[in-house]
Amino acid sequence: MSKNPISEQEVNILLNDVWERYGYDFTEYAPASINRRVNHLFQVDRFPSFAEYRYRIISDPEYAMRFVEEITVNVTEMFRDPSFYQALRTHVLPVLATYPSVRIWHAGCSTGEEVYSVAILLKEAGLLQKSVIYATDINVSVLEKGRKGMFRLSQMQQYSRNYMEAGGREDFSSYYTANYEYAKFRGELGDKIIFSPHNLVTDGSFNEFQLIICRNVLIYFNKKLQDRVLTLFSDSLEQLGFLALGSKETLSFTSVTRKFRQLDNKEKIWRKMQL
Amino acid sequence: MTTAPYLIVIGGSAGGLQPVLHLLPALNTLINAAIVIVLHRPSHYESQLTGLLSARSVLPVKEAPEKEPLLPGVVYIAPADYHLLIEKDHTLSLDASEKVNFSRPSIDVTFSSAALAYRNNMAAILLSGANDDGIEGLIDVHEAGGTTAVQDPATAEVDYMPRHAMEQAPVDIVLQPSEMAAFINEMGGI
Ligand SMILES: C[S@@+](CC[C@H](N)C(=O)[O-])C[C@H]1O[C@@H](n2cnc3c(N)ncnc32)[C@H](O)[C@@H]1O
Repeated sequence: MSKNPISEQEVNILLNDVWERYGYDFTEYAPASINRRVNHLFQVDRFPSFAEYRYRIISDPEYAMRFVEEITVNVTEMFRDPSFYQALRTHVLPVLATYPSVRIWHAGCSTGEEVYSVAILLKEAGLLQKSVIYATDINVSVLEKGRKGMFRLSQMQQYSRNYMEAGGREDFSSYYTANYEYAKFRGELGDKIIFSPHNLVTDGSFNEFQLIICRNVLIYFNKKLQDRVLTLFSDSLEQLGFLALGSKETLSFTSVTRKFRQLDNKEKIWRKMQL
Repeated sequence: MTTAPYLIVIGGSAGGLQPVLHLLPALNTLINAAIVIVLHRPSHYESQLTGLLSARSVLPVKEAPEKEPLLPGVVYIAPADYHLLIEKDHTLSLDASEKVNFSRPSIDVTFSSAALAYRNNMAAILLSGANDDGIEGLIDVHEAGGTTAVQDPATAEVDYMPRHAMEQAPVDIVLQPSEMAAFINEMGGI
């Protein structure tokens, strides 16, 4: 059987259905990835035809949520790209330390591995107590996992290596207790994180932050939507606040470029120089 | 800006670097096609790879830039740890989703998305390797009307991948490493 039984036109019909009926707008996502995942789900769930697939999405809100959750990509890691965390530790946290309180927005946080990584950095810099991290995502199930602060034990060796590569000096295993297949991260880390739903496409700004982290989310958007979301971030940052993107994402050639200056290292961290 | 009217995608795994190093110096600078290369390698190889290929190439070699148009006469390398997808408007998208065939970047993902975007205006070449990544992609390229080629298994450091491709996918041409540049130039209108 062909790997693309659902045509691009049919994909667009489904995206419009989901938008009209459930309010999730994927119409400005980069089509190639969406197309691949819509087709993949069709095959995994063994629909006999496009019509059946569409009917299920329209008539079954629970299935529609599965659709929304499956066509977005949730893959994440702790201390992914260690040099990025190294740069946060050495260039950004010392600046945040000068504020009486620290507000961080982690957009597209998925299951929270990155958020706990940042919480560990804050803890080691002595900033955790005066910080609040707003961790948001479009996908309600990943947020639920993030709240639990439990990640697969089998990953910990890799994460511990990443942590050390990122300049970590502590014993990484002191941050969690092993529990069957899971590592449960210490409560004091999670206490400072507020997990809540937020859709970057349709929801607006909800606070002013000194640091916004949004990694490997913009790659799924088309240029126009990337621009709009970057404007949202720019509007949600204080003067001299920091914006951190994924290792292949950039502010160059976007409408907010002139407001920002990239830090003097190769990491994807920019500082807002102009309101 | 006009995007490349024709696309050549090359995928390789274990032993795939050699033929790429061999073909790059012999490409024609007037070629009217974009070239996309997906090579499996450990992620820490990253920085060296683009530089290594660049040093050998007469055409500019770039790590595939997110959402940028595919230009003729440019060689694009899929970055480590991301899948590289080709959009219908001839731009590049990256995707951090699950590994496919134990690989990220996956050759199948790039080949299949390219097939949808470039239809019969493309060719795909599968090189040496020890797994099955790229075979489904070749099938998709063929179905869409593109040209499919594999490295002659007899010349491959690891013949598993091209050999399986010949068994399971419709392969139009079997190429010696020494013939690859000429094939690419010809496909690119030279
Ligand atoms: C690949 S994950 C990135 C996770 C993490 N930031 C990282 O880099 O490891 C992308 C996340 O973006 C979320 N996402 C996709 N569209 C979104 C939207 N419109 N608003 C908020 N989050 C979104 C997905 O649900 C997913 O959890």
